[in-house]
Amino acid sequence: MIVAISTSGLKRTKWWEYLLRFFLGGFVTAVAGVIAKKFGPSFGGLFLAFPAILASGATMVEKHERERQQEKGMNGVLRGRQAAGADAAGATMGSSGLMAFAVCVWKLLLAHNPWLVIGGATLLWAVVSIAVWFLWKRNVLHRLRTAKRNK
Amino acid sequence: MRFFIGSLIVSAFSLISDLLKPKTFAGLFGAAPSVALATLGLTVLKNGKQYAAIEARSMIIGAVALLLYAAAVSYVLLRFKFSALPVTIIMLLLWLGVAPGLWYVMAS
Repeated sequence: MIVAISTSGLKRTKWWEYLLRFFLGGFVTAVAGVIAKKFGPSFGGLFLAFPAILASGATMVEKHERERQQEKGMNGVLRGRQAAGADAAGATMGSSGLMAFAVCVWKLLLAHNPWLVIGGATLLWAVVSIAVWFLWKRNVLHRLRTAKRNK
Repeated sequence: MRFFIGSLIVSAFSLISDLLKPKTFAGLFGAAPSVALATLGLTVLKNGKQYAAIEARSMIIGAVALLLYAAAVSYVLLRFKFSALPVTIIMLLLWLGVAPGLWYVMAS
């Protein structure tokens, strides 16, 4: 199994970390709305892809991994950074899905039911993101290059 | 209303991310369309589909900037000895430079 569900991350998360993400999410959404109102939808739309939870997410991932390693008697600083780096690498792949989401909404919203379009675009985000992650995990690009070289 | 819906959606995606392994897969949710979902739905109701479609078009540029931001954060954390908090905050300047910069280039 290359993807697994684990509740250990939930147990490690403190109540104030949930609260912080709750307020941060609301704050960024509210600010995006204010910017769109003040500067128009064209400029405001940029902020729909603002890295809202990436900063807090990567910081928490680093902290949790460091704590996990320290419980095992290790320093954990390097492992914490590596875990945060891996989290950000995942977000890089997820960004390609976010582009697909935005293109889908932009192209289909005017002609179709908005709720279906937004729902479908969310599904597309998941499919594209997971597909890119899977290709990366399987090292597809490297394999293609090696196969070409060996021909 | 906007604040509350945004908070709920961002928290939901964060919660899903906490549940998943490995970290690279969980990280996909760091680029989830959480702010977009909260905003676009309300925008359609309040300002109409045309307004929301314009926002979505600009969001493509924002997503390109997000890709660069996340790639830069990942590179710095994996290559250099910096903690995640200062790196992710300082790198926001990259997003704030790239997204409006690209938007300006496209608009003009």
